[in-house]
Amino acid sequence: MSPLSPRRIAAIVLRHFYLVRGSLSRVFPLFVWVAIDMVLWGFITRYLATGTTFRFSLVTALLGAVLLWDFQARVMQGVTMAFFEDVWSRNFLNFFASPLRVAEYLAGLVLSSIATSAVGLVVMLLVATAAFGLSFAAYGALVVPFLLVLFLFGIALGITGSAVVLRLGPSAEWFIWPIPAVLSPFACVFYPLATLPAWMRPLARLLPPAYVFEGLRAVVAGRAAPLAPLAAGAALAAVDIVLACLIFRSVHRYAVRTGLVARYAAESVS
Amino acid sequence: MPPAVLSVTGLRKAYGRVVAVDGVSFDVAAGEIVGLLGPNGAGKTTTINMVLGVLAPDGGAVRIEGLDLGARRSEILERTNFAAVYSPLPGNLTVVQNLRVFGMIYGVRGLTGRIEALLGEYDLARFRDAKSGVLSSGEQTRLSLAKAMLNQPHLLLLDEPTASLDPATAREMRARIRTFAAQGGGVLWTSHNMHEVVEVCDRVLFLSRGRILLEGDPRTLPGDHGKASLEELFITVAREPLSLESA
Repeated sequence: MSPLSPRRIAAIVLRHFYLVRGSLSRVFPLFVWVAIDMVLWGFITRYLATGTTFRFSLVTALLGAVLLWDFQARVMQGVTMAFFEDVWSRNFLNFFASPLRVAEYLAGLVLSSIATSAVGLVVMLLVATAAFGLSFAAYGALVVPFLLVLFLFGIALGITGSAVVLRLGPSAEWFIWPIPAVLSPFACVFYPLATLPAWMRPLARLLPPAYVFEGLRAVVAGRAAPLAPLAAGAALAAVDIVLACLIFRSVHRYAVRTGLVARYAAESVS
Repeated sequence: MPPAVLSVTGLRKAYGRVVAVDGVSFDVAAGEIVGLLGPNGAGKTTTINMVLGVLAPDGGAVRIEGLDLGARRSEILERTNFAAVYSPLPGNLTVVQNLRVFGMIYGVRGLTGRIEALLGEYDLARFRDAKSGVLSSGEQTRLSLAKAMLNQPHLLLLDEPTASLDPATAREMRARIRTFAAQGGGVLWTSHNMHEVVEVCDRVLFLSRGRILLEGDPRTLPGDHGKASLEELFITVAREPLSLESA
């Protein structure tokens, strides 16, 4: 097996850069919705803190959690949006009948997502820090594994979502948009895992973000850094990425076997 | 006989009980233009999709320059390219952006110079910064052909490449493709325009119900089967294939 071609991966990233650069409707969603989310949750946090004494900073616990969750959703959508561009422009035949390999295509989607989600993260940080006094310094060095685990899981979700749309067709994108909302009750973004009923806890433990948000609350409450659970979350996220890539590869093979790749563009497999 | 650029052996594809391609075998030699003809549903696009690696055959093999497509897909497709009427380039990129992205994917050296040369050759220079989606269908076809020539392929697959071109432009494109073949490239061409096929193709294969029914020189084949023209022969293949099978 020959190594992946950086040039072909760069072509996928360049394609996405061209699309974003030339379109306000693609630039705005990179930061507008997350900025609005920060403002909304910033005010909610400020309101909840009014007249109530907490043993910890509500901004760091609540607004910080919203920011991190939004970051993960942006990472996922960074992958799926780049993929949807090929769905909308009926480009699969051009790409998959070329020397481009599936792994190179996915690598290109992931790199595109790193760029677009970084924009969202910076904007969220600016708004949350300037308007509501959130500081990542409150998490110490743990902010790095927090972001890493959420990034990895966001990538896994994005690749899996793309596989679902490749398998089920363009209209299946409506299964993909709500994924972060569907997962959020299990991910324990706003409350400890112990709050969940017993049947939900095993599912929560399968989700890497649950370890991040448990860790975040521990740090904010001044408890010891939960390194072992975070390492478990990171390992789970890494496994999820491998699984996501296997799912995408399997769906792609199915699409090549059944003619789905050609039909996506031609609608005329004779 | 020059070496085969494309060698297809016993290719077969079925969708459930429907056999779309049934044991098709043929070669395309270097410098040869082979027409793949047949009525709608005969299996032409299915065959081309299998040669492009976007459709897995149930049986048989595709070899390009002696290499097995199943085993060395990426390497082989660097030397192959295609243009198909149903697969326009992304309409949300400009002409130059499309050529640059696909040039990188096909590993084209000296890409900027190659793009400039193709913009001139395919009369696309004035549209260089226009979104591909706003071009007329003829202009989009010229762009698809320019993309197909980016990597100076050894094998070119063309599925109805002149379908949306005006007669003058279509003639120009046919001349370019003949020049490409004269320089040693192999071409597999599908078309429903029989005059064009006679003008361009060195050899034709008539597909009917997934099988090759007839093969030969498009200028002599009709006479061999008692028909006045290739178009008449095509109509017979489409309506009464059994009469030719038994002949």
